[in-house]
Amino acid sequence: MQRTQISAWLGVAPAWFVIGIFGVLPMLIMLGISFMVADPYGGVEPAYSHEAYIQFLFERDLDDSLIFNPIYLNIVLRSVGLAAITTALCLIVGLPVAYFIARQPESRRDVLILLITIPFWTNLLIRTYAWILILTRNGVVDARLQSVGFEAGTFDLLYTNTAVLIGLVYSYLPFMVLPLYASLEKMDFRLAEAASDLYANRWRVAWEVILPLAKPGIVAGCLLVFVPSIGAFIAPDLLGGGKRMMLGSLIYFQFATARNWPFGAAVSILLMAFVMLALLVYARVNKGQGLPAGGH
Amino acid sequence: MRSHVGQYPGLRIWAALFFVFLYAPMVVLISYSFNTNKLAMIWGGFSVRWYEKLFTTGGIADAAFNSLVVAVIATTVAVVIAIAAALVLVRQRPFGGAGISTALISMPLIVPEIVTAVATLMFFVIAKAAIGFDFGIGNIVLAHIVFCIPFAFMPIRARLSDMDGTMEQAARDLYATPWQAFRYVTLPILMPGVIAGAMLSFVISLDDFIITQMISGPGTTTLPVYIYSMIRNGITPEVNAASTILIAASTVLVTIYWYVSRPNAK
Repeated sequence: MQRTQISAWLGVAPAWFVIGIFGVLPMLIMLGISFMVADPYGGVEPAYSHEAYIQFLFERDLDDSLIFNPIYLNIVLRSVGLAAITTALCLIVGLPVAYFIARQPESRRDVLILLITIPFWTNLLIRTYAWILILTRNGVVDARLQSVGFEAGTFDLLYTNTAVLIGLVYSYLPFMVLPLYASLEKMDFRLAEAASDLYANRWRVAWEVILPLAKPGIVAGCLLVFVPSIGAFIAPDLLGGGKRMMLGSLIYFQFATARNWPFGAAVSILLMAFVMLALLVYARVNKGQGLPAGGH
Repeated sequence: MRSHVGQYPGLRIWAALFFVFLYAPMVVLISYSFNTNKLAMIWGGFSVRWYEKLFTTGGIADAAFNSLVVAVIATTVAVVIAIAAALVLVRQRPFGGAGISTALISMPLIVPEIVTAVATLMFFVIAKAAIGFDFGIGNIVLAHIVFCIPFAFMPIRARLSDMDGTMEQAARDLYATPWQAFRYVTLPILMPGVIAGAMLSFVISLDDFIITQMISGPGTTTLPVYIYSMIRNGITPEVNAASTILIAASTVLVTIYWYVSRPNAK
């Protein structure tokens, strides 16, 4: 090996060491644990079993026969469904906003982007908790309604799917607007003017010129919203009250309360499979664009 | 006709509503933290008594101290690792391991937090049982370094890509050692990227809840973990005050980051 190659490997070695041992190795251990036997006191017994994966769809009857059990399948479907609706809502809300910002003079653009960035980096737990104050019975909205004569509890959305959805959209909206803005800001607006000169009305300009030019941002934004939404834990936990479980809360529950490591690990593997699928779709649609930056 | 190109009715109102939606919950939370009424939801007048109460109860000060210690150490280590990696991945071409190294550094961004959290938990439990590996709060620091590295790396790499190598080349021609060229030429120019990366990883570390919640034990509680346990016990004015402090900290850090990372920043 050449000297420069060796010094290059030395430069990236610390990153490999830390992420390798404390990032990749735990994932491999998790894969292994998903194929082991659960110890009822937490932890695992070192014996092979694929029981955790069977548990997704079936439960064992007294005579050990398998009975179809839709509980976990329902959680998977709710997670995928809520994540998909969240992504669609973020796109519908975010696209006009990103376009509006991209068309502002530069100094104002910077400030508006900062205003979107601040919630982006503000603690997710706290931002979600704030919604409890708004959505709960006797909360901000309900109290106002009461003061104009409505009954207490007229507005009480806490612990519903709607509340979880509001929380998810609120959590991940900046993840949609920022990449949308990034591609709209680079757009050559003369293309829209040319289309208009050729007698396209402004809605046709939007549909046939602006939207296709925003496509890389749309695809990146959808990925950045869908991936964290499907594994969300905080919104279903605080706003769904643990009754509206999603994959993230199901995983958490297996480690915090149920003490079934193999099943928790298996659900994590399933979640990773969904993420990989989303990444593959992304790579397919957005050939040669590379991974979007940002997001956590 | 021409003046209407790209102008759509209602766009301004839509954007205004968007910003109201974005900030209303935080405004509600912050204003209720100054509510003197013990019943968090009923306004009783302005006061800072909940902040005073927060600072006089022990638990939260300890949690805030833990958060700061974790964030400072994790950020420092992550930034050093990220600078070393960025110098290689931007400057050393061709490098056979570039693609896979970049993928490895980006990995923490792609894996859902809850998965990282439980995988790290199992890792530390098994490491303790197998080889007695347990650093207490050090475990949390190690987990934080992993997900801070990509956030430190991105702005540093961006800054380095914008620099051309001619300045360092000139320094080397004037007989500077590689270390001197790095210390007195590269690093000063790289500084805005380093500060931006440090800010981002500091905020990410300070805000992390799920991963820390999974691996923290008694005595290693951080601020978000503490706030979560408060929320679990019900809505109180103290939660609102503690949350407001964390919002203020993030806002200040992000504004500094924004200021130093603007394209025209020196």
